[in-house]
Amino acid sequence: MHPAPSVILFNTFSGLGFGLLFWLGFDATPPTGWIAFAFFALAYIMAVGGLLASLFHLGHPERFLKAFSQWKTSWLSREGICAVAALTLMALYGAGLVFFDTNIAPLGWIGGLLSLGVIFTTSMIYAQMNTVPRWKHWSTPALFLLLALGGGALFAAKITFATVLLILAGLAALVHWFVGDRRMAASGTTLATATGLGHIGSVTAFEPPHTGTNYLLKEFAFEVGRKHAQALRLISMLLGFVVPVLALLYLPGHFGAGVAVLCHIAGVLALRWLFFAQAEHVVALYYGKR
Amino acid sequence: MTQLPPPSAKKLGLVIDLDTCVGCHACVISCKGWNTENYGAPLSDQNAYSGAASGTFLNRVHSYEVQPDEGTAQLIHFPKSCLHCEDAPCVTVCPTGASYKRSEDGIVLVNESDCIGCGLCAWACPYGARELDAAEGVMKKCTLCVDRIYNENLPEEDREPACVRTCPAGARHFGDLGDPGSAVSQLVEERGGFDLMPELGTKPVNKYLPPRPKDVEPDINVLAPYLEPVAQDGAGLIHWLDKALSALPGGSK
Repeated sequence: MHPAPSVILFNTFSGLGFGLLFWLGFDATPPTGWIAFAFFALAYIMAVGGLLASLFHLGHPERFLKAFSQWKTSWLSREGICAVAALTLMALYGAGLVFFDTNIAPLGWIGGLLSLGVIFTTSMIYAQMNTVPRWKHWSTPALFLLLALGGGALFAAKITFATVLLILAGLAALVHWFVGDRRMAASGTTLATATGLGHIGSVTAFEPPHTGTNYLLKEFAFEVGRKHAQALRLISMLLGFVVPVLALLYLPGHFGAGVAVLCHIAGVLALRWLFFAQAEHVVALYYGKR
Repeated sequence: MTQLPPPSAKKLGLVIDLDTCVGCHACVISCKGWNTENYGAPLSDQNAYSGAASGTFLNRVHSYEVQPDEGTAQLIHFPKSCLHCEDAPCVTVCPTGASYKRSEDGIVLVNESDCIGCGLCAWACPYGARELDAAEGVMKKCTLCVDRIYNENLPEEDREPACVRTCPAGARHFGDLGDPGSAVSQLVEERGGFDLMPELGTKPVNKYLPPRPKDVEPDINVLAPYLEPVAQDGAGLIHWLDKALSALPGGSK
């Protein structure tokens, strides 16, 4: 799958933003006043910034309101509704803390759960795809939720939660990679089933339908960078999880937290890039590609 | 709504004969022509006159080589367009309701004025039947020439999809696959028509007919017995020459 920068930015920063909103919503002793303002501003810049980045991915962004209508079947529609509901409730909850020094706790709980709902619905957009066997697995929502919870806890300065959840998120990434590498073979979909010609003999793509490229090849047959996949996995594992956890454990104070946050963002960007770049869409089989 | 309608009795679709297709790409061109000039946004090209040309097509013809365990390889031309699946995964993922499956005849269409161009339907389609038009920013797909098949302004013989109408080999057939008595259903029955990627559960309406088994050519060369090698009896000039040349240093035994 083509790793579009707008979608990678959306997944990374919206994940962190909604993760932070979850922790703000479930904070028993939430910050108030200017400190609360800083936390909420950071969460909204990441969450809304990510959503705006994904809007640029659309062919007709001006029609985005229509995308709220099909919640009965479409995970993208459900994600949009969850995002608007979470951002609205958390804005009211945040306004209470920032301007009125008032903690309307139930609003925070509902908003926090809706924020997790955004992460889950986002992950299901990928996990529902029969056409991308690597994604069609429970480890996709598990990875997205743990990344958001761990990253959010890191931003919310919940050190103990962040340490545990980042370790779990790192393990989820390992499971997603290990299982994912075997999903295409396990799916049973090959060029033989794609063409239905396997009963005659072994099928190979002889001549593509067109001399140039096309939308399908650009979007689904992304092969660049797979060569370095193992190195990138190592980098994203170290930067995303190992270094932040060590920094939280052994570098107390703002310096350690800063190192952890910056390394985590870099590691997660690499991980999100790999999530797309390594995903194989079955349509590439028709072109003899992977 | 992007909920799928209950299965329609009428299932309009194509039957593509892989035994007959000669790989001329005429269906590709007639499809591009009709669908650029008629229903919906035109099918655009990018850099059409440069080395890096690309464009939107609703129908494309692949070619595959199939090597049996014994015998020679076969070349099979393989036209591919929307299969108008009964369980169309492209429809249910659409967030706006732009993608839909018609309850009356099962045709899968895109309402282009509702399409936000998110591309999710193309992700969900295993067959590569949907392409996002780079100029219009909306998703394009085969309409089964819905603006031809019911069009009373056209002569009756033209009321079939452009690809079917133009195929010079008769490799494409259009009809109601929901009616077991229809010509296309009979063809599928007789020839063992099959689905593409049946394991994905999309239940395509379009069917493919397999190439017929190749004949094995019998040995009918009546002159061959008269062309046996001449020097096997160990006599005559040829035999002497053979022995003399073989005796030379480096000679072939």
